[in-house]
Amino acid sequence: MRFALVGNQNCGKTTLFNQLTGSNQHVGNFPGVTVDSKSGTIRSRWGDEVVDLPGIYSLRPYSAEEIVTRDFILDGKPDGIINIVDATSIERNLYLTLQMIEMQVPMVLALNMMDEVRANGGSVDTRKLSELTGIPVVPISAVRNEGIAELAEIAHQTAAAGRRPEIYDFCPPGPVHRCIHAVTHVVEDHAQRQKMSARWAAMNVIEGNEDIVRRLELDDNERELCEHSVVEMERETGLDRYAAIAEMRYAFIEAACAQAVKKPEESRERRRSRRIDDVLTHRVLAIPIFLCIMLAVFWLTFDVVGAWLSDILALGIQRLAELTDRALTAYGINPVVHSLVLDGIFGGVGNVVSFLPVILVLFFFLSMLEDTGYMARVAFVMDKLLRKIGLSGKSIVPMLIGFGCTVPAVMATRTLTSNRDRRMTILLTPFMSCSAKIPIYSVFVAAFFPRYGALAMGGLYAFGILMGILVALVSRKTLFRGNPNPFVMELPNYRMPSLRSTFQLMWDKARDFLHRAFTVIFVASLVIWFLQTFDSRLNVVTDNSGSLLAMLGGWIAPLFGPLGFGDWRVSTSLLAGFMAKEAVVSTLGVLTGGGDLAALFSVPSAAGFLVFTLLYTPCVAAVAAIRRELESPWKSLGVMVMQCVLAWLCAFGVYRLALLF
Amino acid sequence: MTLDKLPVGGTAVIRTVGGEGNLRLRLLDMGVIPRTRVTVTRVAPMGDPVEVYLRGYTLSLRLEDAAKVEVEPV
Repeated sequence: MRFALVGNQNCGKTTLFNQLTGSNQHVGNFPGVTVDSKSGTIRSRWGDEVVDLPGIYSLRPYSAEEIVTRDFILDGKPDGIINIVDATSIERNLYLTLQMIEMQVPMVLALNMMDEVRANGGSVDTRKLSELTGIPVVPISAVRNEGIAELAEIAHQTAAAGRRPEIYDFCPPGPVHRCIHAVTHVVEDHAQRQKMSARWAAMNVIEGNEDIVRRLELDDNERELCEHSVVEMERETGLDRYAAIAEMRYAFIEAACAQAVKKPEESRERRRSRRIDDVLTHRVLAIPIFLCIMLAVFWLTFDVVGAWLSDILALGIQRLAELTDRALTAYGINPVVHSLVLDGIFGGVGNVVSFLPVILVLFFFLSMLEDTGYMARVAFVMDKLLRKIGLSGKSIVPMLIGFGCTVPAVMATRTLTSNRDRRMTILLTPFMSCSAKIPIYSVFVAAFFPRYGALAMGGLYAFGILMGILVALVSRKTLFRGNPNPFVMELPNYRMPSLRSTFQLMWDKARDFLHRAFTVIFVASLVIWFLQTFDSRLNVVTDNSGSLLAMLGGWIAPLFGPLGFGDWRVSTSLLAGFMAKEAVVSTLGVLTGGGDLAALFSVPSAAGFLVFTLLYTPCVAAVAAIRRELESPWKSLGVMVMQCVLAWLCAFGVYRLALLF
Repeated sequence: MTLDKLPVGGTAVIRTVGGEGNLRLRLLDMGVIPRTRVTVTRVAPMGDPVEVYLRGYTLSLRLEDAAKVEVEPV
């Protein structure tokens, strides 16, 4: 059995998914589109699988998420739907429920946050609600792990029996009712051929959703009949089709809630949220607080927790390398293999792995900010500012994730509904310095600016943001004319994040990072080790400067001459950085024999080099993500070229300027 | 009057929802439909967007979009 897990944003869907599946999860991609899918086996019912679909408010094909969800239910043929509903804002949540009921797929309603409703003196008569909606209703608390096994059981039974929602006619007699019935009558046979529910097909015809209408293959006569009924309805109700349908659905929901729901007085959670917002979105304090929070996050990540853990891990790896070194020497192994293991593998992969803690700690904080509901406030507070550079407040979220990793950041732009905003945000995300560049910064800052560590780091981040703003202002006048999309966003109550979900996310990130470390970076390290160990006749070189790598690096090295780092070893490390940014440091380490950067850089050229690595082309994985999202190899190539040119110009400027001091 | 003119703390009942395209559909889907009670609860630090409370949840929208929503103060 396969279930689709569907619900609004901020309704506890991810928490429920984690409770249902435990750690039996795998991440994939929906075929053909770029929204990633997570699926897992249900713990209490082995053999049942659940697919976590994006959080949406409606099945209207309005954003990529909504289309994915709709198409998954339509074409992915799940055996059932688990619809999670936030009981504290039940009216708005049930709107999506009604749309899915029309699709006539076996379905269970998981009524989440019931504990919160009860604690505030409200109640939901689940039996009544089930009777009114025609689907089983199971009260749960995802955070407290209550009712989860029961939910899985009822979902299984409902799907196994193929029990479709019993009611789908939500409409009291009147003009809307007449119209829906007339249209249903016309499209019935067509819908059956497409294995769609006739009611759902009719609703799509009325709302004029072209892709579904096309699939139904109505002839002109039938189309005209439908249109006639719709126009008649619009005339009689005095509303257009969209408002008439939305009002019909909400009228049903209001009537149902009047019977089944006792609304609590203003809830404790909402009062608390309002008090928190009095501070966090305060007229004067909001932006300073936001900056302080971000600074605190970066300080904790890079100076305190992450750095400390990284040091421990690096020490461990070093010990392991020493042990291996001794063992291999004692065994008397061939010196080339010895060099492969120590210089290639330990020098490359080991170096990168020691940065894992920093990246995890950053993701920990970012997911905390997201899950508490603070990110939505940041969007609320920053919207006006971001609109000045032609974006909406929502773009702040992918951009902040960009400080962790460009790949998920680019993927997070899917929450933006307008194509224009998405493309523009994608263009800007690489300017948010990703965490894989941290190793470069920390090594260089430690070597060249030891006394101004935090300042130099902060300066780099600020410089990246500044360049991003400049590029936004320019591209707004050239590439992306027109207005940003409407900004209609829910501000959820503040909540304690579920630690379980946070750790699940960190675990996913860790796995992903280690996977990359032992695939892309492993291969990159080996290739680079090979290139620097052998010369063009495949003889082992005695001196690095005769190697294959020196040849390749030497070809492009002159490009960097004007920037003060024209050495082939530096250009080679930049080439390696295209594979993964962490590889810049590991390559420099390997090429200099773990040695001294001062031989390659002066203080001004080190500053130029830092600016160059900050801005030049994102890594392969990020470019691949950008290519997927922009759906064009040329545009993504354009992004790469632009970044490189900009990086060169800025590095040149910084180097020349620094020479003056 | 329109929703953007409603002062903070003011409550009104929605009369019509204007606007077009995605904005309008999104508003309707989020329950911003005629006869719904809505209260303006907050204004963002830079004066825009605003925060409104309706149907038991909190929504933020921009002034220029709120101007498309006709309301009747109560």
